[in-house]
Amino acid sequence: MPTVRLAFTSAPRYVRTARLVGVAMARRAGVADELLDEVRQAVGEACGRAVARHQRHGIQELIRVEMTDDGPYTVRVIDACGAAPCPKAAGEGGDDDEDTDRMADTLLAGLVQDLQIRSGPEGTEVTMVWPVRRRSYGR
Amino acid sequence: MELSLATREVAGHTVVEVRGEVDVYTAPELRERLLEIIDGGATRVVVDLRPVDFMDSTGLGVLVGALKRLRMAEGDLSLVCDSEKLLKIFRITGLDRVFALHESVEAATTGPAAG
Repeated sequence: MPTVRLAFTSAPRYVRTARLVGVAMARRAGVADELLDEVRQAVGEACGRAVARHQRHGIQELIRVEMTDDGPYTVRVIDACGAAPCPKAAGEGGDDDEDTDRMADTLLAGLVQDLQIRSGPEGTEVTMVWPVRRRSYGR
Repeated sequence: MELSLATREVAGHTVVEVRGEVDVYTAPELRERLLEIIDGGATRVVVDLRPVDFMDSTGLGVLVGALKRLRMAEGDLSLVCDSEKLLKIFRITGLDRVFALHESVEAATTGPAAG
């Protein structure tokens, strides 16, 4: 059961909000400080990937982000771009888009040790898990 | 932090200083600026990433796109970067072998042997 849920349209400006919340939650969950930059980058990549997929295929539905800090810190980013091919909306990025997609996947794989990307008819779910070390307050 | 861009000429190179966050929201602005510069005839372009606080794969995609366009025009794109956080994403994506990465604008603009 996620402790925080976000849902946003595929407007790129909301990716920053998701990054900020993702890092704040990670800190609260007890993820080590030296991993917070990786959390920020990975949440940004996963959400940016979802935004790009929604925009490219003209999908109006919301992108969902679920964060769970009960146990290892878990972030799920769920898009509504299913495995079935949808028509591509007109884009201007061209080759740059393909490079970006490749690099987003490479970065996710390189940054997150516990990563799963599952695609189904409803959409794609990126699940990222980070270990936590509970802090002893008042030390 | 929003993106801000400043362009200046240094030793025959066009240097673009990028400040703030380069992500899926702001990267189109950087793409537009680099295209303007390349379309304007610049062939030696340096992008100074030292004041960048965050960059995602969209930003990397823009830099790769600019490099490809410059190479077609027999030009080149160099980067200035001294942040371990950013260097790490260049290493993970293998782009540290694609771009000339320098620690200072001076090193990036003083010839191919520099940096």
